[in-house]
Amino acid sequence: MILASLFVDAFRFMGNNASLLLSATAELSKLAFASLGIALVIAFPLGLWLGHKHRGLTLALGVSTLGRALPSIALIGVFIAWLGVGFLNVAVALVVLAVPPILTNTYLAVDGVDRDAVDAARGMGLTEAQILLRIELPLGLPLILAGIRIGAVFVIATATIAAVAGVTGGLGDIILNSASYGDAGVVAAALCVSAVAFATAGILGLARGAAFRRMSPNA
Amino acid sequence: MNGARLAGGGGVVIPHFHKPSACLLHNGWLCFDWVRQHWGDTLQPDLIQHIKLTLLAVGIGFVIAFALALLGFRFRLLNPPLGLFTDFLYTIPSLALFVLLIPVTGPTVTTIEIALVSYTLFILYRNILTGLSAVPADVLESARGMGLTRTQTFMRVELPLAAPAILAGLRVATVSTISIGTVAALLIAYGLGQPIFDALQTPDIFRTELVVAGGLAILLALVADGLLALVARALTPWSRLR
Repeated sequence: MILASLFVDAFRFMGNNASLLLSATAELSKLAFASLGIALVIAFPLGLWLGHKHRGLTLALGVSTLGRALPSIALIGVFIAWLGVGFLNVAVALVVLAVPPILTNTYLAVDGVDRDAVDAARGMGLTEAQILLRIELPLGLPLILAGIRIGAVFVIATATIAAVAGVTGGLGDIILNSASYGDAGVVAAALCVSAVAFATAGILGLARGAAFRRMSPNA
Repeated sequence: MNGARLAGGGGVVIPHFHKPSACLLHNGWLCFDWVRQHWGDTLQPDLIQHIKLTLLAVGIGFVIAFALALLGFRFRLLNPPLGLFTDFLYTIPSLALFVLLIPVTGPTVTTIEIALVSYTLFILYRNILTGLSAVPADVLESARGMGLTRTQTFMRVELPLAAPAILAGLRVATVSTISIGTVAALLIAYGLGQPIFDALQTPDIFRTELVVAGGLAILLALVADGLLALVARALTPWSRLR
């Protein structure tokens, strides 16, 4: 009963504070997607290359375990204590967290592509770049997108927590400040963060499904 | 309290009257005198809490995930909805999940465990199911040919063959739980997240406490991963042959 009324209050809060929530959602999304974008630029080509060469399995697996082991808030804290509070400094920490799942999945995806398919392509006279782009990338795409999705979910969750370390303006700021916004505001902001996470994961999940169907022989 | 900690003096439990070291005065990254002074009253108890937190979350998560994976394995129709369900739980940002659980279970260890357990399900469900489904059809055929019942086939053939994938999932789930568990301290003073947040909330960020508590969390995760890898080697000697 109390729970139901809390959610009613939260939706009322959304109606009354739409512009506040929208700008906080935009702020969070900006931080999360900028970090994810930088992580992609670093991890995706590296994973493709290592996977194509079938080199660096230990590196890929080690990076993945170490990435999972890093406590996100402590990492953000270290960057802030070292470089000061700032959009870029927090983004750097988020990039460090997003690189491992993207790198590892891209590596495993390309590395795991059927060797017969690659040999056949090589026999047909495709160059190494063509093999990578036309054979290995499309066949590995579902697994690559799964990695990007895990990285995205991780970055959105962590960008919210970054408010603890003094990053202001995002949804995490509202969630951690029930004194100013009340329980309804906190729940409303939590729902907004979840919505961003679900929308992102949903889009990447659909893309993964489409990539998978395209590559299934009996589709 | 935090100021006192920075100055190297009074911890929460036992008041100290040492002079603050030069390292602490400069907010150094690793002041061993602070670590020595506060191992007993801060770091060690928090580490032990963190281990308990993780064991409980991974233990409960494993039991639930195993039951769900068995359902998904026996009744293929249930597989997509169960997969989507664990996926859905995994996608909820941790801070949001805590906030949404507080009205139900309050700011308690239970709330943290519910959140941590729900995150393990995604990893464990997938790995257990993948392991069970990857058993080759001809192996099952031979098992049936040898006269094994359905239960015997499961216990003696499918489960041992799925063990490497299941144990790999357990490693990933354990390492993730240890690192996500530090976020729990946002909710209540529990585990290694507590000293991390304390450090973040001192005016200049208390670096030694941040680095040592964060380092302990990483170390715990890597040790747990290594131990589980050893267990996996011992339990599945045949997987080394590949």
